[in-house]
Amino acid sequence: MANGVMSRRGNVPLPGKMRKGVLKRLLKILFTDYKPLVAAMAVCIVISAIAGSIAGVFLQNVYAAFGKVVEGVYSASDGWAEILKIVVTMIVIYALGWVSSGTMGIVSAILTQRFLRDMRNRIFDKMQRLPIRYFDTYAHGDIMSIYTNDIDALRQLVSQSLPQLCSTVITLTTLTVVMVYYSVILWAIVVIGVIAILLVTKKVGGKSAKYFMAQQQAVGKTEGYIEEMINGQKVVKVFCHEEKAVAEFDEVNDKLYDVSNKANSFSNMLMPIIHNIGNIMYVVIAFIGCGIYIATREMSINIGFYGIFNGYGGMVFPLSISIVVAFLGMARQFANQLGQISNQINSVIMAMAGADRIFGLLDEKPETDDGYVTLVNAEVDENGNIKESDKRTGRWAWKHPHLADGSVTYTELKGEIVLDHVDFGYVENKIVLHDVSIKAEPGQKIAFVGATGAGKTTITNLINRFYDIADGKIRYDGININKIKKRDLRKSLGIVLQDTNLFTGTVMDNIRYGKLDATDEEVYAAAKLANAHDFIIRLPDGYDTMLTSDGANLSQGQRQLLSIARAAVCNAPVMIMDEATSSIDTRTEQIVQKGTDSLMLGRTVFIIAHRLSTVRNADVIMVLDHGKIIESGNHEQLIARKGKYYQLYTGAFELE
Amino acid sequence: MVKKLLKSLREYKKETILTLLCMVVEAGMEVLIPFIINAFGGCVQPKLSDGTYGEPNVGGMVLYGAIMVVAAMVSLLAGMLGGVFCARASAGFAKNLRKDMFVNIQKFSFSNIDKFSSSSLVTRLTTDITNVQMAFMMLIRTAVRSPLMLIFSIVMSFMIDTTLPVIFFVTVPVLAFGVFFIAYKAIPIFRRLFKRYDALNGSVQENINGMRVVKAYVREDYESEKFSRVSNELCVDFTKAEKIFAFNAPLMQFCLQGALILLVGIGSHIILFGNTALDAFSLQSLTTYSFQILMSLMMFSMIFVMLTMSVESAKRIVEVLDEKSDMVNPENPVTEVKNGDVCFDNVSFKYSLSAEEFTLKNVNLNIKSGETVGIIGGTGSSKTTLVNLISRLYDVTNGKLLVGDVDVRDYDMEVLRKNVAVVLQKNTLFSGTIKDNLRWGKEDATDEEIVNACKMAQADEFIAQFPEGYDTVITRGGTNVSGGQKQRLCIARALIGNPKILILDDSTSAVDMKTDALLRASFKKFIPDTTKIIIAQRIASVMDADKIVVMDGGMINAVGTHDELLSSNKIYQEVYYSQNRENGEEVSVNG
Repeated sequence: MANGVMSRRGNVPLPGKMRKGVLKRLLKILFTDYKPLVAAMAVCIVISAIAGSIAGVFLQNVYAAFGKVVEGVYSASDGWAEILKIVVTMIVIYALGWVSSGTMGIVSAILTQRFLRDMRNRIFDKMQRLPIRYFDTYAHGDIMSIYTNDIDALRQLVSQSLPQLCSTVITLTTLTVVMVYYSVILWAIVVIGVIAILLVTKKVGGKSAKYFMAQQQAVGKTEGYIEEMINGQKVVKVFCHEEKAVAEFDEVNDKLYDVSNKANSFSNMLMPIIHNIGNIMYVVIAFIGCGIYIATREMSINIGFYGIFNGYGGMVFPLSISIVVAFLGMARQFANQLGQISNQINSVIMAMAGADRIFGLLDEKPETDDGYVTLVNAEVDENGNIKESDKRTGRWAWKHPHLADGSVTYTELKGEIVLDHVDFGYVENKIVLHDVSIKAEPGQKIAFVGATGAGKTTITNLINRFYDIADGKIRYDGININKIKKRDLRKSLGIVLQDTNLFTGTVMDNIRYGKLDATDEEVYAAAKLANAHDFIIRLPDGYDTMLTSDGANLSQGQRQLLSIARAAVCNAPVMIMDEATSSIDTRTEQIVQKGTDSLMLGRTVFIIAHRLSTVRNADVIMVLDHGKIIESGNHEQLIARKGKYYQLYTGAFELE
Repeated sequence: MVKKLLKSLREYKKETILTLLCMVVEAGMEVLIPFIINAFGGCVQPKLSDGTYGEPNVGGMVLYGAIMVVAAMVSLLAGMLGGVFCARASAGFAKNLRKDMFVNIQKFSFSNIDKFSSSSLVTRLTTDITNVQMAFMMLIRTAVRSPLMLIFSIVMSFMIDTTLPVIFFVTVPVLAFGVFFIAYKAIPIFRRLFKRYDALNGSVQENINGMRVVKAYVREDYESEKFSRVSNELCVDFTKAEKIFAFNAPLMQFCLQGALILLVGIGSHIILFGNTALDAFSLQSLTTYSFQILMSLMMFSMIFVMLTMSVESAKRIVEVLDEKSDMVNPENPVTEVKNGDVCFDNVSFKYSLSAEEFTLKNVNLNIKSGETVGIIGGTGSSKTTLVNLISRLYDVTNGKLLVGDVDVRDYDMEVLRKNVAVVLQKNTLFSGTIKDNLRWGKEDATDEEIVNACKMAQADEFIAQFPEGYDTVITRGGTNVSGGQKQRLCIARALIGNPKILILDDSTSAVDMKTDALLRASFKKFIPDTTKIIIAQRIASVMDADKIVVMDGGMINAVGTHDELLSSNKIYQEVYYSQNRENGEEVSVNG
């Protein structure tokens, strides 16, 4: 990208270095922005979770009814009547559960999708507000992964993990209440089982999480290696490097296998362990429960709130088989629910890491703009004064309000650019431009030549304020560009870059990108000016031809003509052409040149080119070396001077 | 396709089978426990023929209790081992698949490489493999376990009671039909939506790459609006699709709890009025079975979804595995390149046999060892194609191409390519030190050889300026050196192997004129016997060549020296004057 700025992969926080309060912040967004939906979700979760977890109560009552019939308290038909009542209650409560879990699914779909949409939009909006520095600093792939991986992790969290966790907590609470109601003693066995489960989960789950992190890193490494090799596959072939590439690949691949194996081993073990601790719990409860029952029969040995509500005059009452059997089901359910939590842990961790990166982007400092000078339509009144106009006059003026006395002055937009002792560095203390002074009169063509890394592109980065200068001043029509609103400043500058960056859409859309409200006629005119019209009308659908992936269906020269047309339609008084023609051959360049020549007519133009032939007819040629202007003048003057330019220019011929 | 994929299982077949076995054992134990609890219950309250309970059989309770504990332990062991084997099998499967793909890609010829875009190859090697790995893991853990659980559970239920489990014949089809209907409805919709979602992400990528243009034209708001419009549409459509899935959970609960209600209702009736061995424990066991049956059905539907999702990935992987390199070493290859002569004997070439037009047409060209040959021509004039044939990166379609008087197809490819060094137009450096990168050209190059090559390539000077010198680490893609520096390093990398023929395919475009000239001077001085073929845009880069080839539309338009061509060839003149517009001036410059 920009010279001097090294791309680094800094977007991915290392494990353990996460921002604090990520979850809290995420929940806050959910609870404030989607209050009604979250509330509806909460109600549904509570109802369906409770409905799903009180089967034990029903069953206990049914089993108790059996007991009473056997003991002769009830007749069989009394017992049946009792059970029918329970069955009807079950139907009612379960039906409620079905309705609410159906509702929950729908609400969850709405909530998740809205949340994701809003997050996406927020991230994208924010990204549009970030300075170019951000895009020069971070690898584009890393920024992209926020939209793909991190958003996906959030989807998982909001649609699955969070509701599941809430539901689990409610289920566990309900189960605990019911269990304590029936028997504190049997509940104690469950508690022991739960402690065992938690200990194992912590140990095994911790190991699994550790290796999943390692797996993530290994995946990154492998992907990196693969990407590098595949992108350079032709070079690999040319140097017969295949075997070595495979050997190196084996190394990263084996490492990935190793951690992937470990990570999945531990996570695969977790479920059977939890499940079987549940099974053992089940057996122990059956054995101890029945043992107590048989050993004590009618003796009051059990403790539970059931006693208070069923006329035992306290919490102590006899343990019945119906309670033991109902407990079995509940213990199983309890263990299953714990298993559910352990299932969600990894996705919660991933979502947190994703949310962390998302917040990282949202917290980036946006591009600041303290400018107050704006660009307005202008007309000249009978006295020759410039006045603001609300019509499109085709003339523009800088509107400069003066804060001190409240007055407003208008300066006509002419396109004079002055750089006055400008210093600049992409990073502090590493100056790449030293004391650069340039004066471009309106309509002049200023060219920069010099070796790669001499600072040519940097200068243009400063004029449109992609970066801000460290010292000195840049003036546009006499106004310090720091005072000009960035959007107005950039509107007054047309730009053509080496990378054409066309967007998915029609040819028409792409040209119109320079001026959104351009009429079709304006677009045609711009295309004609750029010498692009001829080839466009020969395309299968003319101006309606769809372009995809940076205009892959066009030739390099055609793409460049489109980007010139795009600059032409915006009709700015100042143009910047950064290596616009350096990747096309000189014959095609001739055609493009015709486009640029007519575009440059009457405008102030900054042109950066590798080929000296492209800049020969510039009004002023600046020779840059290591961030300094070492020579300037027109071609003839520079040749006459026999300095660096002369050397550069004649370098091609000195061997003759 | 499955067969093709499974070939990569190799040494992990054992683990796969062990996983399946463990899962069988686990399922068996899992199903056994509820059955035993029923028997256990029979011991706690043995039902007498008059409907009352007899004395508990404590011995039986202990026995059944012990059996259950053992069953749980065995299930635990089988489950854990199964998990471990399964992880190893699937990770190993993924490893082998990745390796097989990578190895096959290494065998690709240039035309194979051209077929796939590099980003698609990367996705196939990463995301697609991960998808297949996950699907495989799911599959071997549940493909056997779920149906077994289903069958065992139904059988066991009937062993407890012969009438009650008939209920399952209602709930199972309801759930199965419902779940598969939902999946059937939703999956195609999701597929379509995911495509659109990818398109949205594609436009984000475009936006990030084109950020300079976006900002230069002050189109931030426009882009935001465009994005949020699509994002909004997607939100609406995704919500609609996900609402279909919203019926999954209530359907599941309906079947589960419906079965429970039926079990309780009908079961109670039987217990109260019928003469049966059923009791509370039996009902408990049957509810457990009902749960297990429906769960295995759900698992089944999950596998189904997962598999359909990963079919695309599997297809893409197999595509790479199936791609056969169209270039193989000859039998009894020639292993020595005698000299740097190159002879094109009526060579024609097209990239694919089905193409109508030839990319190169009837090329005849003789180059003698040690000559410097320049090639000039517009984009699309097949300059690159021409030189790529020399090191047999592509095979000629018609005619013959001789290097050192031997047809290139008769050489051992490695020998040929070591002797014909190509500096590609789109070249790359790899992460590693400068030395590492240069040793690509010659594995055992000494430090002295490296420095020499760099001096020749005019790279020594800037390398020496780096604090770490030749040990400077090049970042991935070579982003920490400038374009011109990168090109010179690539040239040095090609020079180090002391090739008989050196081909520079527009390899000095980012190098400044002066260095470019120095480069050519040093070639002349240090490697006079090496044939040098230089493709260039600048006339200056080729004008001192022994002969210059002018290419146009896949044919040789003219061959001659600078002076000859300048006086007689129209294309050459055009190119020349486009670069030196004011004819005559360079005379004054030189004069």
